[in-house]
Amino acid sequence: MKMTGAEIFCESLRREGVKTVFGLPGGVVLKIFDVLCQQKDIDLVLTRHEQGAAHMAEGYAKATGKAGVVLVTSGPGMTNIVTGLADAYMDSVPLVAFTGQVSTDLIGNDAFQEADNVGISRPCTKHNVLVKDVNELAQTIKEAFYIATSGRPGPVLVDIPKDVSIAKAEFKYPDKVNLRGYNPTVNGNKNQVKQAAEEIMKAKKPMIYVGGGAVFADAADEIRELAELTQIPVTMTLMGLGSFPGTHPLSLGMLGMHGGYWTNMGMHHADLLIAVGARFDDRVTGKLSEFCPEARVIHIDIDPTSIKKTFHAHIPIVGDVKAVLRQLNVILRSMDGNPAQIKALRAPWIKQIDEWKKAHPLTYKQDGKIIKPQFVIEKLYELTKHNAIVATDVGQHQMFAAQYFKGSKPRTWLTSGGLGTMGFGFPAAIGAQIAFPDRLVLCITSEGSFQMNLQELVVAAERKLPVKIIVLNNGVHGMVRQWQDLFYEGRYSASILGKMPDFVKLADAYGITGLRALRPSEVEPVLKEGLKHKGPALIDVHTDPYENCYPMIPAGGAHHQMMLEDPPELKLARKGGGRKRKVEEGEGVLPA
Amino acid sequence: MEHIISVLVENKFGVLARVAGLFSARGYNIESLSVAPTLDPTTSMITIVTAGDDPIIEQIMKQLNKVVEVLKVVDLTETHFLDRETALIKVHTKPEHRDEAIRLADIFRAKIVDSSPNTYTIEITGDIEKVEAMIHMLKPLGIKELIRTGRIAISRETTHTASPRREPALLKT
Repeated sequence: MKMTGAEIFCESLRREGVKTVFGLPGGVVLKIFDVLCQQKDIDLVLTRHEQGAAHMAEGYAKATGKAGVVLVTSGPGMTNIVTGLADAYMDSVPLVAFTGQVSTDLIGNDAFQEADNVGISRPCTKHNVLVKDVNELAQTIKEAFYIATSGRPGPVLVDIPKDVSIAKAEFKYPDKVNLRGYNPTVNGNKNQVKQAAEEIMKAKKPMIYVGGGAVFADAADEIRELAELTQIPVTMTLMGLGSFPGTHPLSLGMLGMHGGYWTNMGMHHADLLIAVGARFDDRVTGKLSEFCPEARVIHIDIDPTSIKKTFHAHIPIVGDVKAVLRQLNVILRSMDGNPAQIKALRAPWIKQIDEWKKAHPLTYKQDGKIIKPQFVIEKLYELTKHNAIVATDVGQHQMFAAQYFKGSKPRTWLTSGGLGTMGFGFPAAIGAQIAFPDRLVLCITSEGSFQMNLQELVVAAERKLPVKIIVLNNGVHGMVRQWQDLFYEGRYSASILGKMPDFVKLADAYGITGLRALRPSEVEPVLKEGLKHKGPALIDVHTDPYENCYPMIPAGGAHHQMMLEDPPELKLARKGGGRKRKVEEGEGVLPA
Repeated sequence: MEHIISVLVENKFGVLARVAGLFSARGYNIESLSVAPTLDPTTSMITIVTAGDDPIIEQIMKQLNKVVEVLKVVDLTETHFLDRETALIKVHTKPEHRDEAIRLADIFRAKIVDSSPNTYTIEITGDIEKVEAMIHMLKPLGIKELIRTGRIAISRETTHTASPRREPALLKT
């Protein structure tokens, strides 16, 4: 039977098991939207901005592991999702974005709402295709989903001209794809894996360093087995959080720029680094020439380009992290018969790390006057524990959440790591909540980030999504302000937000419950009230605009050169001496 | 060090843009580039001359392999290979220079493929040293216009020559 392109599109989505599409209509995709609205089993989420659609799809994909699907129009519809595509590309999020395109006979004519969708998105997609013939549509969609979700996942864009969505073709959905240039490696090279196992047994001061690849590969069980079997401490990148329980005795939490003192010291002194699905990002390594100076490096990653890109690897293993760890664990189990022996071998190393931890734990001082952001996150963690899916935005609140919210399960930590996209968190939380209507979804954000995509409040309101938005509102772009204080002599160039909307009234305007906490004593009761609320709730927590995030490796610094607290000149400035303080000159958010 | 990389790709539009974009986005150098279909009309061969130290070339090879439409990547510099380039050189020929131009073309086994009262257009094919030597020699006559194809290269068969340092690095099979 012949079907239109739009019908082929919908039927192909069904074959791929797509339940939810995030999008916004426009001229050239009207035919697709027209057919899509008649599909009872595919939920079309109308966002208020295309960027919101892209981040919702990311949140959906990160929480479920399935591809998130976006459908937008040509021109501005497409350009508005570019940030989402770039974010998904950096963080390896499986996304399939469908964009409308002007009719094939108009392409290149600067037609109304025409943009070179494929050209614009080329550097920020894993793959992209302009479909010029309706007969190729089904095959292209099948390949798009396969490429987006296999290997190192990533965004794929399929550009569909208007006439292709209208034209008819015989529908035949392919059973499998045959891409001669794309065939990701799954299993690791046996010799390399064996060598890795030997290194692991020999090492006295090993570290397991886990990145986002472990989350996508669903390798949490294998990592846990590896760590427990060999008694090696585990540190995670921002993207890797959740792949190993934050509360596990072997967990060292996050490493890198704002990682724990004990974690980074551990990295600096390690004699073996087992990198699992991580890519040695600059926020992790700091100064490369002084990164892990004593360590042999085993690097397991599905993407060969991640290996030896920035840092050397003595034993590179290309393959699916889960599959390789299984191979590795089998060998380790056969090698090691005596857990007590292993424990004894590692004991001095674990003890050393513990001493570092005792010397400089994460710390902040909560007085009775001004709410500290860390305090809010700790309370939130106490109240929700391991049941929540947490989405964050980008900045200080993100780092505090990474430090203090000890996630225990993969796919419960949704954050923008590589691109660092402010405005990611709230739509991502909506996407996750739509995927899991019955789970608790928290959006930990800040006044700066939240204002970048708050138009999606209406989606939470109309769908009565019980997402809880916690705005750590300090009236400044906190991380920018922190850097200006530390490296720009306190000149707060464009970091003071000044006039601030009343977030409680804003929530009210969207028909959402709004709550506010101004003093430390109010934090717990207000959080409890918000969490108890059945529908969506926005909790506006006014926090200290001067709180800095420590430990901190200054950009270009090495792991053993952490700042643990405000330097003396900054402390002096805080007491009113030295430099001028400008935060108060804005309207400020501190309670009167 | 200079490397000549052969990239076999799907013969589809946008593929060249993806390959070229990869070089520009990551700050790699393209010294020359040539693209043409192969015997199989569904594939094209891109020959890229680039430069970089070993880790950079390794990254370039891996990044090229990562492109979905790329079928095979070979660093010919790892093997025995032949490379050729063609240049069309339009030289000013004052009456007293016309003989010299013909003589030079003869020495370099080049051909004069077009002539006018004031110019000759010389076609030369050879390895890069030869082409550049020809250009160098013609410069004093005054080069009006110059166009070069960029290099193409092919591996040598090894049956009767000395064995190559090692087999071509076929990363994708």
